[in-house]
Amino acid sequence: MSLRGNISGRLAVGLAATAIVFSACSSGGASGSPAASTAAVASASSAAGASASGAAPASAAASTAAKSLGPCGTVNIAENAWVGYQADAAVVAYLLQNKLGCTVVKKTIDETISWQGFPTGQVDAILEVWGHKDLYAKYVTMDKTAVDVGPNGAQGVIGWFVPKSFADAHPDILTADKNPAILNTYADQFKTSESGDKGQLLDGDPTFVTEDAGIIAGLGLNYKVVFSGSEAASNKAIKAAIDQNKPILAYYYTPNWFSTKVDLVHIPLPPATPGCDTDPHKITCDYPPYDALYKVVSSKLATNGSPAFDLIKNFKWTNEDQNTVAAYIANDNMTDDQAAQKWLDANPTKWAAWMP
Amino acid sequence: MTTASIPFGRRLDIRLSRTRRFALLIGLWVVLFAFFHGRLTLVHSDDAPLFQALNGVRDWVDANRTTLPLFVYVLDPIRDGIGLLIDALTAAFAMVSWLGLTTIFGAIGVLFVGWRTAALVVACFVAFGLLSLWDQAIQTLILILVAVVLSLAIGLPLGILAGRSDRFLRLVTPILDVMQIMPTFAYLSPLTLIFLIGPPAATIATLIYALPPAIRITALGIRGVSAEAVEAADSLGSTSLQVLRKVQLPMARSTIGLAVNQTIMMALSMVVITALINAPGLGESIIHALAKLNLGQTFDAGLAIVLLAMVLDRLTASASREPDRRHGGMDAAALARRRILVAGTVLVTAVVVIGAALLPIPQTFPADIKVDVASPINAIGDWIEANLYVVTVAIKDLFSQWILDPLQTLLTNSPWPLVIAVAAAIAWIVSGRRAAIASAIALLLVVALQLWEHSMETLALVIISLALTMVIGLALGVTAARSDLFARIVRPINDAAQTMPAFVYLLPAVALFGATRFTGILAAVIYAVPAVVRLVEDGVRGVSPTVIEAATAAGSSRLQVIFKVQLPMARRSLLLATNQGVVLVLAMVVVAGLVGAGALGYDVVAGFSQFTDFGKGMAAAVSIVLLGVLLDRITQGAGARTAAASAARTARAFFSARAVGAP
Repeated sequence: MSLRGNISGRLAVGLAATAIVFSACSSGGASGSPAASTAAVASASSAAGASASGAAPASAAASTAAKSLGPCGTVNIAENAWVGYQADAAVVAYLLQNKLGCTVVKKTIDETISWQGFPTGQVDAILEVWGHKDLYAKYVTMDKTAVDVGPNGAQGVIGWFVPKSFADAHPDILTADKNPAILNTYADQFKTSESGDKGQLLDGDPTFVTEDAGIIAGLGLNYKVVFSGSEAASNKAIKAAIDQNKPILAYYYTPNWFSTKVDLVHIPLPPATPGCDTDPHKITCDYPPYDALYKVVSSKLATNGSPAFDLIKNFKWTNEDQNTVAAYIANDNMTDDQAAQKWLDANPTKWAAWMP
Repeated sequence: MTTASIPFGRRLDIRLSRTRRFALLIGLWVVLFAFFHGRLTLVHSDDAPLFQALNGVRDWVDANRTTLPLFVYVLDPIRDGIGLLIDALTAAFAMVSWLGLTTIFGAIGVLFVGWRTAALVVACFVAFGLLSLWDQAIQTLILILVAVVLSLAIGLPLGILAGRSDRFLRLVTPILDVMQIMPTFAYLSPLTLIFLIGPPAATIATLIYALPPAIRITALGIRGVSAEAVEAADSLGSTSLQVLRKVQLPMARSTIGLAVNQTIMMALSMVVITALINAPGLGESIIHALAKLNLGQTFDAGLAIVLLAMVLDRLTASASREPDRRHGGMDAAALARRRILVAGTVLVTAVVVIGAALLPIPQTFPADIKVDVASPINAIGDWIEANLYVVTVAIKDLFSQWILDPLQTLLTNSPWPLVIAVAAAIAWIVSGRRAAIASAIALLLVVALQLWEHSMETLALVIISLALTMVIGLALGVTAARSDLFARIVRPINDAAQTMPAFVYLLPAVALFGATRFTGILAAVIYAVPAVVRLVEDGVRGVSPTVIEAATAAGSSRLQVIFKVQLPMARRSLLLATNQGVVLVLAMVVVAGLVGAGALGYDVVAGFSQFTDFGKGMAAAVSIVLLGVLLDRITQGAGARTAAASAARTARAFFSARAVGAP
């Protein structure tokens, strides 16, 4: 009996506390409506240090003003999880917010899932797409819920890489484009606990389409593809191999923020010729130059007359630009806004050309 | 005492002969392997027709989402409801400012637990601010609160039901297995098709993973209540509801507390994965820090998750303690003191909250007050990576060459009918005919899913991880049950190991052990051991001290007490610990795939990352579940059978001892 009395007593106390809390909230109207506060949280989440730079209150204020006055409105940018993409998003978001008065919500989402946001209106723009022909066919060509707004500008190169120190010590490995069999003489050195009696070729994140098994078969190489499974694991393994002065052969790509941290050399394979990669199980050439990094926006954004659409459509830069901003973020630990501001200040003519 | 020791001795004999049969079987397998290896193997192909068919299912759901009544009338309202809940909580938390929020949580600590917990809670909240992760921590807290409250609201009643009805337990067990083993990665993209991108989908993903332990452990608690206590209450004319409220629930209190704890831990282990579908918070920070390979920053966010776990665990831990000691025995003076405390706490909280709302105190923690944890952690990480790799690489190579490779070769290179026959035979020897049939069916389905080779590679990893997990978990769990000091030391480490996102420690692990299967095993063991320790400890502690005293008085040595009394009597907990070991090791197959373990884990990740690989990923996820069924049926049957040998007597000794020993 006494126990139950205590429970109801505690309940009463709890209710009273809740009531006080809520009355306090309504009296402190200065802190704003729920909608405004969620928006503030959303923007704070996009840049961990937005509040640290003191930019959050200002941009929040600007965005509320824009909501009622400006033509831009809210732009939802998918934020995919590699640093180069983060650099794209940092610069575009900074311009949208500070020059066009848009409210930008960056949403951390995996690449493939980002596209699902086009038909539902949850995503307005993806700023850097590597391939994904299947998604393109579905969302752009078939469903027409997304619109291709042209190249991102960065030139992608995919291929096999070794540490520069290894290539310096064994320069003949760079003749693999004429004599792919040279790679077999090094297979022993690239052997690991995962590759059995063959050389290991370290592949990475399954997001990137690799044809490495087909290339190995096509060129008659004594190698086995080992999947690290994620970009972080690949980068870490490459970095560790370089630090430990061990040979490593890895599937790798540029532009890539990580290339500012490690020195890797592309091993050329026989150049791509028509038909050399028609049989995916027997490919006899290197990857073609991969310059098709492109941007996609929702058809909603494309048709509603927002200036954000023009800016995203015009946005186009180079590998160096992207790597510079990426290095600000990853190596110098700047917030997205700080990194964007620094680059924009240094390159006024470049971004002026993107403005609507 | 004699009744306790004789049957156990006899059981040991049975087990020995069974061990011999087991060894014989493995020997036979190796001989057959020598003759037939390489024949009738199933080599992996990425283009199996089944994978294409599953892609078709996905596309159909996508195309019909907006018109199907199931979506319009059931799933969409669920999503909106959860969204509303999250928004309301977000708005409420945003309004009270950081100072107010810290005070409120501290006050909850003072009122429901005690001063020390309250101080700890306040310290943790301040730490979120000092780590410059206030906003992220609160966002995660909100999502976790919603997911945990929903999990418990659904899980505790179902758990009670499963505790009281054998039929319901049998019905619900396979569903729980699937919920826990099916990798989240596999259903994350269909989940966002159904519930859209964002926090509600993230909450549901978390719910699916965190609900099973709530049900399972609650059921375990209810079943652990002595049958005689229930009978006694029955004979006194209590209704079923009265038995539940007055006998079963109070007596199962500490185990139900464990259910709440594990639900929170499981929910927090989903923080990083759900960040991939735009769940804001600490997971997002970890994903960004991982992309930058910034160990220190991943550690910061990981630490915040661990602290969050600590806050929630300590605030809910009081639920599992007997309330009688705190309130029942209070005299008038103590009661008066308590009233003053309650009134004072409420008053102070109200003053702080209102004051903070009136004064311009910001919603978030001041940004310029911070502590740099990341840099020293990065320095430590760099040192470890630069100095230890010679040893670690050697360990990894030896382990891979002598343990992993032979087992993997045996499994992948044997003719597949032979593997199935051996698995069925093992199941038969260990657990009986039903387990043998279940094992054979599970493996035949793996063949049908066209993922045989990868499944066998994964099975090798899982068997080794599970063996390591159980050995370590049993050793630590028994030690913790026998020593309060050790339990106190090991508990926070366990909580940290369970909630610290695997990627935080896997980053240096990849540097030390490479992107390899070994690193994958490491991840699985670190993640699975804590739950096993907790369940073993809970079970061994539940053994009545009277029985142990009796055994000791009869001259049993310490080891005899452990192996012949405590472990056999904690059988039910050990079975659940094994089940959770299987489940948690399998849950890490995908994470292992993210750090180089390949096989099914990689297939699931690929299915998530590549639109066209969805079917393969889904099939791989189902294969993982099937491997779970295989391992679970074998190990659970083993427990049931071991028990059957001496069931009647053990049970009688166990239950009467519990009834006598129970407070």
